[in-house]
Amino acid sequence: MKISKNVAVSDAGLVFNPVTGESFSANPIGIEIINLIREGKSHKTIIDSILAKYITESSTVEKDLHDFTDVLRHFNLLEDHEEKKA
Amino acid sequence: MKKRKLNIAVTGLNAIDSPGPGISVIRGLREADSFDVRIIGLSYESLEPGIYMHNVVDKTYQIPYPSAGTDTLLARLEYIHEIEKLDVIIPNFDAELFPFIKLEHKLKAMGIQMFLPTARQFEERQKVNLNTFGEKYGIHVPKCKILFDLSAVHSLSSEFVFPVVVKGKFYDASIAYNTDQVRSYYNKISAKWGLPIIIQEFIHGTEFNVTGLGDGKGNTMAAVAMRKQYITDKGKAWGGISIADEKILGMTRKFLKNTKWRGGFELELMKNKDNELYLLEINPRLPAWIYLAVGVGQNIPEALVNLALGNKVVPYKDYMVGKMFIRYAWDMIVDREEFEQISVTGEL
Repeated sequence: MKISKNVAVSDAGLVFNPVTGESFSANPIGIEIINLIREGKSHKTIIDSILAKYITESSTVEKDLHDFTDVLRHFNLLEDHEEKKA
Repeated sequence: MKKRKLNIAVTGLNAIDSPGPGISVIRGLREADSFDVRIIGLSYESLEPGIYMHNVVDKTYQIPYPSAGTDTLLARLEYIHEIEKLDVIIPNFDAELFPFIKLEHKLKAMGIQMFLPTARQFEERQKVNLNTFGEKYGIHVPKCKILFDLSAVHSLSSEFVFPVVVKGKFYDASIAYNTDQVRSYYNKISAKWGLPIIIQEFIHGTEFNVTGLGDGKGNTMAAVAMRKQYITDKGKAWGGISIADEKILGMTRKFLKNTKWRGGFELELMKNKDNELYLLEINPRLPAWIYLAVGVGQNIPEALVNLALGNKVVPYKDYMVGKMFIRYAWDMIVDREEFEQISVTGEL
């Protein structure tokens, strides 16, 4: 999976899709995840990275990451649907 | 090097809640790199705000409504030209475009240039001809039906899925959820704008707009796409953001290439949930939000004037994405004498 081309993410947590003109706000962990996706990190690496930084369960991170990427996909901020399923 | 000073007449000074494009066009002209301007405002009503914006409009003349006929308009323009030595006129209202198109040759002979669509282009893109237009140029448009009398309303249920959009020939549009509402809007809109009334398939989705400039040979001289962010109860954009949707810009280039459109324009587009683009309307002039195009790097009013004068114009290729425009209202304090002068003498 990868963040759609030209999507802009500000330090303040605003995500702008230049194709649709839509803006979204994301919380700090959301921005962290978006940046990890941008860096090309795998699903597993993202989960490990969050687990290393925050006190939480692996199953919780996995579920939350799944929900979050679904939201990104819904708003056309995420590409490569097939890769995600795999 | 000293820039040439042009005398440019502009209509659409009604910077109101449903604004004419004049003030935005003038802002672009005043920021032009290739010329200086003296702006001559052409107004229809004494309370058009632009008349009193003396830092924007240098001098204003009232002109007759299109219904007065082209001879009356020409006589008034001859009078104004005698005083102001006009170089270019930029008409900005749909309803006045046809008279100006008809006068183009006569005005040219007087030394006044315009850069307008041809009469054929103007007619082809009329709302009543949109279906034929879509078929001819291979552009996706919503299904339309033209109504000249109320008796045809009852058959709409079998031809359309409700809701439908009820549109006036020039302006106004309302969404009707049943035939009773269609009848009501039919009466309301036809009383104001006349017949026919256009019934258009309602496309669920997100609205986008594009403004641009065609050179009349099929080339795209400029194109900027925008998504409305704040819409007034009249459906006008009060805020918007420039976007980079290649599908929208591709449709714009196709429109210009296929029609060989000459002049400024605005396309109103709808994208449905399946990402399909529909062309809802073609406005044959620059839109009120044209200053966004100037602000993101495409001074379309300047390019239009240069094309009108036969100057070489390099097509704009890109623009800044993610720039917003936010409109605002501003109360001016105006001396009664100014209102009296424009009302009585038709000049200010």
